[in-house]
Amino acid sequence: MAGATATSYTDQIVYTDEIADFSPEIIAEMESHLAKYPPERKRSALIPLLMLVQRERGWIDNPGVNFLAHFLDLEVTDVWETATFYSMLNMRPVGRHHIQICKTLSCRIMGEPEITEHICSKLGVHPGETTEDGKFTVSLVECLGSCGTAPMMQIGFDYHEDLTTEKVDQILSSLG
Amino acid sequence: MEIKAIGCEPLQLKRVHLENGHTLKVYQQTGGYESLKKALKMSPADIIEEVKKSALRGRGGAGFPTGMKWSFVPKDNPKPKYVVCNADESEPGSFKDRYLMERDPHSMIEGMIIAAWALGSNTGYVYTRGEYKYLIDIMDVALAEAREAGFLGRNVLGSGFDIDIHTHTGAGAYICGEETALLSSLEGFRGHPRMKPPFPAVEGLYASPTIVNNVETFTSVPQIIEMGGETWRSLGTEKSGGTKLWSISGHVKRPGVYELPMGYADMEKFIMEDCGGMLRDDKKLKAVIPGGSSVYIMNAGQILGKNVTLDYEGLVEAGSMLGTGGMMVMDETVDVVDTTKNLTEFYKHESCGWCTPCREGTDWLVKIFTRITSGGGREEDIQLMLDLCDNIEGKSFCPLGDAAAWPIQSAIRQFPDDFKNWIANGASSNGAH
Repeated sequence: MAGATATSYTDQIVYTDEIADFSPEIIAEMESHLAKYPPERKRSALIPLLMLVQRERGWIDNPGVNFLAHFLDLEVTDVWETATFYSMLNMRPVGRHHIQICKTLSCRIMGEPEITEHICSKLGVHPGETTEDGKFTVSLVECLGSCGTAPMMQIGFDYHEDLTTEKVDQILSSLG
Repeated sequence: MEIKAIGCEPLQLKRVHLENGHTLKVYQQTGGYESLKKALKMSPADIIEEVKKSALRGRGGAGFPTGMKWSFVPKDNPKPKYVVCNADESEPGSFKDRYLMERDPHSMIEGMIIAAWALGSNTGYVYTRGEYKYLIDIMDVALAEAREAGFLGRNVLGSGFDIDIHTHTGAGAYICGEETALLSSLEGFRGHPRMKPPFPAVEGLYASPTIVNNVETFTSVPQIIEMGGETWRSLGTEKSGGTKLWSISGHVKRPGVYELPMGYADMEKFIMEDCGGMLRDDKKLKAVIPGGSSVYIMNAGQILGKNVTLDYEGLVEAGSMLGTGGMMVMDETVDVVDTTKNLTEFYKHESCGWCTPCREGTDWLVKIFTRITSGGGREEDIQLMLDLCDNIEGKSFCPLGDAAAWPIQSAIRQFPDDFKNWIANGASSNGAH
């Protein structure tokens, strides 16, 4: 299927039979997730393991999906079926720092538009894009549960709350 | 941001300001796991009876009586039973569970263990939204502490009862806060809701009897066992027992998480005094969404001078719902067409795509909102939106469809001028957009 036509979810995926390789430590971490569920219910570990694959490989790539299919005795399509549903699972590569700005109501009325405008113009990207050096991806996301400290953004897994443009500048310049 | 109790002794918030309140040591120093010891000496039926007496209603939004939910678990079913904590807090305006998990995770764990004992379950899962990674790390440490101390694992405190609890991460999907979608997701599938009945209490996780409760519901359980269901209930009203956490955000001076007794009087005092009043003194209150984004929006006239009590019944009487208690306050600078468009975009994004009315309806509603706010609104658009809402509400597979329709229906009802202005002038009435 190499050279598949560009479509929404899969536009940058080059299909391959390659299976990702993980260190024994990572495999052990995966096993610890698997141990939480009944032995005949391996699929329950799929989402936690997809998050782990993304942590290790940066996004949900085809070799990573192939690995999980083998590891959990699933079809490759089962893994894709689940993976494409969840907004935190990146179906294409993202920058080293993934800036996710909350756009839902409380953030919206407390200054999100100014924060988004500031970040995008500073980095020279639109929401959904990655800077040319691959350092930052900016995404607009739905409510992250920080309405009382709006506006806010999450970078990687870190919450940054009560944002002002000055605070955003400090945060961005502190990131390597 | 404020975190405090008003009008009652802090119960839910008892430990949130203690140094190391999240640790087992401080938890036990402040009475933690004493309720479990008491519960293990009670019969499961007596525990369920106490929870029924407490009039505790599910704190995740639907407000279903917890004791009744527990009593639906069949006693003679030979399958394993599961206790699942819904920590997928994703309702716009709601951020209370976050602080419970961050600062007092053992309360939730103790509540889950007591529930497991009452229901004959040996396994629990805490399904947490993936964005709350730091909370999963905190809970993993707390669970390990509880295991080490013998509150989890085999033969809990010598009772012969086995229970273990595990964290489970979501990966970004609002729909997984709906209990059957949560269970699909916990089984490793797309977060599609399931047909009810059978209800999860009969056929839930792995088609086994399963109880799914919100974080704050579980943290209430040790309190109920400690003081007795009747005493806990009397902290609130006859039908809405106990105390409740409110998340308040938007245009108030002191946003935050507040614990109030059920039946607190009144909503105006809460917003205008307890939360410091309007963020900008020269701006008037325009709108409040009192229970998370999925409830009816209220205009100032429904609140000011109306003595609206903060409980399930009081908010229904006032024309909305308690929901999750995620209260979003908006001043007169806000344009309700814009805010409702924002929420409709949320529901469109979060619609799981399983059923047609919700998937297609939310998409068309966003298209119409976009047309209106691009200056191309037509007079018949209001009726068109109401018709679309009518074809979603009650006709979609799960409550997400209703939740998408209600904000629009109520916005049109309570703020007709905002819509008329956009349609007549192609612009917002107050310059906002």
